[in-house]
Amino acid sequence: MKLYDGGKILIGLMVFVGIATFPFYYNIGKVDTKPELKTDTPAIQAWEKQYGKKECVESKEYMRSEHMQLLNNWRDSVVRDMNRQYVSMTSGKKFNMSLQNGCLNCHSNKKQFCDQCHNYMAVKPYCFDCHIQPMEKEENKS
Amino acid sequence: MKAIISFIAVLILAAIAYVGVDVLNMQYMFGVVIPYLAVAIFVIFMIVRILRWGSSPNPFRIPTTCGQQKSFPWIKHSRLENPSGVLGVMGRMALEVLFFRSLFRNLKTQLRDDSQLTYGEAKWLWAAGLAFHWSFLIILVRHLRFFTQQVPAAVQLVEMLDSFLQIGIPLLYMTDVVLLGAVTYLFLRRIAIPQMRYLSLMNDYFPLFLIFGIGLSGVLMRYFIKTDIVSVKMLTMSLVGFSPSIPQNPLGVIFYIHLFLICTLFAYFPFSKLVHMAGVFMSPTRVLANTSRVKRHINPWNYPVHVHTYAEYEDDFRDKMKNAGLPVEKE
Repeated sequence: MKLYDGGKILIGLMVFVGIATFPFYYNIGKVDTKPELKTDTPAIQAWEKQYGKKECVESKEYMRSEHMQLLNNWRDSVVRDMNRQYVSMTSGKKFNMSLQNGCLNCHSNKKQFCDQCHNYMAVKPYCFDCHIQPMEKEENKS
Repeated sequence: MKAIISFIAVLILAAIAYVGVDVLNMQYMFGVVIPYLAVAIFVIFMIVRILRWGSSPNPFRIPTTCGQQKSFPWIKHSRLENPSGVLGVMGRMALEVLFFRSLFRNLKTQLRDDSQLTYGEAKWLWAAGLAFHWSFLIILVRHLRFFTQQVPAAVQLVEMLDSFLQIGIPLLYMTDVVLLGAVTYLFLRRIAIPQMRYLSLMNDYFPLFLIFGIGLSGVLMRYFIKTDIVSVKMLTMSLVGFSPSIPQNPLGVIFYIHLFLICTLFAYFPFSKLVHMAGVFMSPTRVLANTSRVKRHINPWNYPVHVHTYAEYEDDFRDKMKNAGLPVEKE
């Protein structure tokens, strides 16, 4: 098979293959940093001691996919309606709607909790544009 | 009718993924085997297609020109409209590929008062086409965050700009809205304009529905029926690392539908009109410089013609010509 203007076509093909297979070679040699979430903060351990199990305001699966929506609703509820009480759909327990005093009270290890998935997925939530980041102990950073 | 069949075909594709994953539990098939196959088909057959195009000779320069050819230095040369070299062609192609320059010239012709032919602007197709293609590109680039460890800064920048308006949670991507809107317009255009409806074929409608289905399933997955996105990335990363494994946390069936429709698009791509992605770079009316007069272009399929010149003729018959008293050039 003879190619006419073969040189130009081959350059084009190389560009095409280079772009089309980009994900296959880009990651070579990069460490696969799968997120590892730690839920063993003192507050969570204390909760486990008191109630006999680890639990969040809603089920794990729900929190995994809907936490951003939940937080958004909380913000609207607190800021617009001055309503700080949240009743869990799963357990019926009552919770204080608050990021810093609620969520981050238990999950005081932002680097080993929030950031794990957010960094993995390159998601940059704007929570901490306004809220103060939790102070983390040095040992958590390792 | 053709539109309805295309629509049903896409529905069936979605149903195949639904049944395959939700009923038959063929996660490995739909999560690993089919994506690999689709990408392989895409890359290999795109190359085959391009090589096949490349093997057909283009003996003559046939660029569509709408400007002054390069001529005397005192005649102004239209470099983009009638390129004379590689640079001009590249400029022309860049404008064509990035901004659809030739489509921008689209006109509407009408008979006014049954006698006067008038031309008017017709930019809607250009605008919708541009919106569609750019949105699709941005969405594709954005999806690289599922395929890269330490997502490149450029990808993050694109994503940040795309969700710049910060509407809702998860942040609304502008391109999601634009893509679905543009595809809807491109479809309605084929339905609403009688001439377009007459011209449209199955393979015009099917990609539109397929892409709409991909967009819709993606939008559903991001904003409404959410799935475990971290597990999705674990799957995609295992795919690009050639160590495929289905993650432990079950992925929503909506993800498999989204993925299967994309695989269909990839596998369908090299055999359909969508291959204009490569074709635009191979179309002689666009990519050839107008060198018809500067260079001699020889038709490669010219076969050797046996020529009998006058000198040879004279050599053959010189004696007879002399005897007959005819003048000869060589004694």
